[in-house]
Amino acid sequence: MRYDRPTTLSDALQMLSAAPRRILAGGTDLYPSAGSTLTGDVLDLTAIADLRGITRDDTGLRIGACTPWSDIVAADLPMGLTALQQAALQVGGRQIQNAGTIGGNLCNASPAADGVPPLLACNARVELSGPVGRRDMALSDFLVGPRRTALLPQEVMTAVMIPSTSLQGRSAFLKLGARAYLVISIAMVAVRIVPDAGRVGEAALAIGACSATATRLPAIEAALIGAPLRSLASRIRPADVAAALSPIDDIRAPATYRAEAAAELLSRAVAEVAS
Amino acid sequence: MISFTLNGQTVSIDAPLTRRLTEVLREDLGQTGTKVGCDAGDCGACTVLVDGRGLCACLIPVARVQGAVVQTVEGETPVLTRLRAAFLRHGAAQCGICTPGMLMAAAELLSHTPAPSLDQAEQALGGVLCRCTGYRKILAAVCDTGNAPSPALPDGPVIGCRIPRLDGDAKVAGDSFGADFAPEAALVLRAVRSPHAHAAFAFGDLRSFAARPGVAAVFTAADIPGRNAFGVIPAFADQPALAPSPARFRGEAVALVAFEPWGDPDLSAFPIAWTPLPAETDPAHAEGPGAALVHADRPGNRLTEGRVIKGDAAQAMAASAHVVSGQIATSFVEHAYIEPEAGAAWIEGDTLVIRACTQAPMMDRDETAAILNLPLDRVRIIPSAVGGGFGSKLDISLQPLLGLAALKLGRPVRMTYSRAESMASTTKRHPAHMVGQIGCDAQGRITAVAFEGRFDTGAYASWGPTVANRVPVHVTGPYCTPHVTARARAIHTHGPVSGAFRGFGVPQAAIWQETLFDRLADQAGIDRLEFRLLNALRDGDVTATGQVLQATGIHACLQALRPHWKRALAEAQAVPGRGVGIASCWYGCGNTSLPNPSTIRIGITPAGEVVLHQGATDIGQGSNTVISQIAADALGVPLTRLRLIGPDTALTPDAGKTSASRQTFVTGRAAMAAGQALRAAILRLANASDAAKLALDHGRISVTEGGTRREIDLATLATDSMGYVLQAEESYDPPTAPLDANGQGKPYAVYGYGAQIVELSVDDRLGTVRLHKITAAHDVGRAINPLLAEGQIEGGIAQGIGLALMEEYISGRTDNLHDYLIPTTGDVPPIESLLVEVPDPEGPMGAKGLGEHVLIPTAPAILNAIRHATGAEVTELPALPHRILAAIKAARR
Repeated sequence: MRYDRPTTLSDALQMLSAAPRRILAGGTDLYPSAGSTLTGDVLDLTAIADLRGITRDDTGLRIGACTPWSDIVAADLPMGLTALQQAALQVGGRQIQNAGTIGGNLCNASPAADGVPPLLACNARVELSGPVGRRDMALSDFLVGPRRTALLPQEVMTAVMIPSTSLQGRSAFLKLGARAYLVISIAMVAVRIVPDAGRVGEAALAIGACSATATRLPAIEAALIGAPLRSLASRIRPADVAAALSPIDDIRAPATYRAEAAAELLSRAVAEVAS
Repeated sequence: MISFTLNGQTVSIDAPLTRRLTEVLREDLGQTGTKVGCDAGDCGACTVLVDGRGLCACLIPVARVQGAVVQTVEGETPVLTRLRAAFLRHGAAQCGICTPGMLMAAAELLSHTPAPSLDQAEQALGGVLCRCTGYRKILAAVCDTGNAPSPALPDGPVIGCRIPRLDGDAKVAGDSFGADFAPEAALVLRAVRSPHAHAAFAFGDLRSFAARPGVAAVFTAADIPGRNAFGVIPAFADQPALAPSPARFRGEAVALVAFEPWGDPDLSAFPIAWTPLPAETDPAHAEGPGAALVHADRPGNRLTEGRVIKGDAAQAMAASAHVVSGQIATSFVEHAYIEPEAGAAWIEGDTLVIRACTQAPMMDRDETAAILNLPLDRVRIIPSAVGGGFGSKLDISLQPLLGLAALKLGRPVRMTYSRAESMASTTKRHPAHMVGQIGCDAQGRITAVAFEGRFDTGAYASWGPTVANRVPVHVTGPYCTPHVTARARAIHTHGPVSGAFRGFGVPQAAIWQETLFDRLADQAGIDRLEFRLLNALRDGDVTATGQVLQATGIHACLQALRPHWKRALAEAQAVPGRGVGIASCWYGCGNTSLPNPSTIRIGITPAGEVVLHQGATDIGQGSNTVISQIAADALGVPLTRLRLIGPDTALTPDAGKTSASRQTFVTGRAAMAAGQALRAAILRLANASDAAKLALDHGRISVTEGGTRREIDLATLATDSMGYVLQAEESYDPPTAPLDANGQGKPYAVYGYGAQIVELSVDDRLGTVRLHKITAAHDVGRAINPLLAEGQIEGGIAQGIGLALMEEYISGRTDNLHDYLIPTTGDVPPIESLLVEVPDPEGPMGAKGLGEHVLIPTAPAILNAIRHATGAEVTELPALPHRILAAIKAARR
């Protein structure tokens, strides 16, 4: 087996071009699935300084893919990312938040990934770097299905980018499970509302763990535009939410409950940010 | 070569670069204070600080700590010192397996927040699971690390004192559990296990697998020299140590491979071909006509049925003013101790020595000897520190496997179960399907109980017969019930083996009985607490088995709760969604109508040292401390003068198993007798009466009575074969009488009682529950150590919360600690313990058992509070949000 922990992205990409191998970031998904020993060739990205940290410029906010959740919790971020910070605080316990990274969460592509709904709600894009350069795409395009992404074998995710227009407004994240901490969610929602003179100027609603990949709810969002902030929660109709989802029955909850709970969470999150 | 700073020292190590930091710390550097509970970041037991940040060491490739500063529980820092002292003072460590992770997570918190709030502590420790304490004492300790002096042990009598646990220093330093010791060059054992619930199998070329590099040997059922059938109840012993074909449950061991310590313990190429067979997984089907038999000699897949018949329940029910009917179904529940089974074995002379985690060393010895066809005196069991047991470590697990390999190979061996292996292969709480009726008269007095329970006992007998017998005896609850018909059937399936889990089926039965009681009280128009009080057993009342009771404490418990009940109801009335529930328990301490003696030895050396041979396994519940307190007071010497020799089948007489809430009562009574006998011997030598005071000093015992002082020079006395100049060994076996065919008799000598109030809120749109407070009144007879008693109550309640709200073991689906949910720091509300003391003349200093009682009322009290809040009657457990929401909707219709 081979293990490398390069300090520059170009070295990392060169190594990856030479031979495909498993990419290791926080290790919070790779090690649990590894059995007693982590075998095979591994490329550890966590020593690349450029991949960690949060920077902001005119175009928006850039979060290095290897930024751990606890850094996101501690950062001073605009209120459009409150939902992301709330989600970060619920990714496992403190130990997991200190290790797990935002990029790892997205590349692992679990339908229940905590980071996805808040990032969908702020139109996040992901930056992928490969031997021929960089490309970026919407997070919604990157997540192809459960445990499937658009990442090519010779690419690594290098950053998550949030356009400056999507940092606006207020946001909230709610996660539902059967215990207080270390929750694998039954359902979770993230909402971001940009107010405009007491009414909804822009609405972004996303739901996770209720479909193959987390999803935005464009029809419901459209219906909220222009609505008075005071009465938003009542405008979330469970039937509309259910129609937008494809929840599954599993050990945590049946599909019908998931859809119903998602609608309720959505109403509450909307009410929270509109208040 | 990786170099880093470990607790202030620079270490360099040559290890595979992706090797887990846990492995490097524990295996390569011998620093075993960092514990491994799951290898998946789910339990936090392995939390260490890397450059000041708390991380799960099981998820860190060692290469990543190159140049880093790593701190573990072995470190000595001012913060850790203060935390350790606070943990001891507050009783925050029970078994000690989560303690290193808790301490390190707390150390990270205190590094930036020196005086945290409870909420901050709760959040910071939310990633570390504890199964013993219920977290409240841990949180209190983390919030109280000021320089309060550690309390000195009293010089005088210690019964009733809040003594920090005597084995606590080891717990807060990272105790030595099953996986933490192995002789040099021990072979590594791994079991091949069935991936199917029921499957035939055939081995391929075992010889060539055994010849692979790194493989030392392969063993199968054919290699078992003795009786390949174990079971805690000899008459039902049916479980093979290594199964011949077919395997009867998923996770059953069918072969054992010994790997050289340098070998790669990889079983992926093990030559075995599986042929899945139809599996009986539904107990209702399994007991019906046409079901396949799990064991050919058990028709209808019925292992056994327990019954209690008293009076004429049918007639009494028909004549009752009010009758309620109901059914409750519960799930497999996993013990989820944070320490997976682990141990080592080696040969000393011609003795096989097995050091492993266990609750029952003598039973381990006897069963291992039978499987290996060895005389008893050639097997020695040394229990390691035990990282939680709760009933599952009563049954042998890896002991015969360790023994087989050590014996056959003549080399030391070790074995550590993975989390998945532990969950798949060891016992569970019986899923129960319970139906029946309870009636009362117009005044609210209970007239009759009619109960039928089907308990899924899984593939092998284990403690199924005990559950089937205990349930009918206890199903009335601690209430006077003139007419009873109660039957409990243990039915085999190809499911996980159901065995002992804190309460032996009584918690399930109490859910049925106590939830029906609330409906009955409502029908009778009586307050729910008053209804229970009206029916509570009193001294002289006769139980369903015809036993006349003494020292009956349920009345006192309910009365102690009355002011709390009134306050809670008043508070709840003002708030929508708030509910208050109550439930009681009783529980017979010790084996049901079967002998279960304990023996305690105390010796005095010529130098004047008092040595207590205490064979009761302390799995966190505190017998090392409690038994010592009883022995010290009975003997009349300060606790500090005792030296403890813990369980070891070669060194300690049999104190029985740590189960059935029996150690404080039964072993405590033996300790009292031994202390008194030794005291009497000393007093005889000094010709003094029992009023005399003893003092030990430099090889002398001075005996002072009134103005007279006599000295015994111990050097003048002859030493016995154990090196003692004075010695007493005493046994105690609770006086019980057999149950007849109708379950009539005296099953237990002592019962403990309790009742709990739960205050909660239900979110009626999501079906979620938030617990606000639990008030627990438990009659312990005499609180030998209130600090430890509270610890038992809080820990039992936490498991009751799990049983009620989240725990459901599904073989193959929840074999890990993220899909199998147990309560976290945020799931256990503040708990107020009310220790009620109604002394039992049979108990030592009046003490009764407590360990299992504490879990019993919690789940029904939660369900009753949910019903009070919403009207919802949840009849399938766990009460997951979707089930509660469905029940709320059903109640509205």
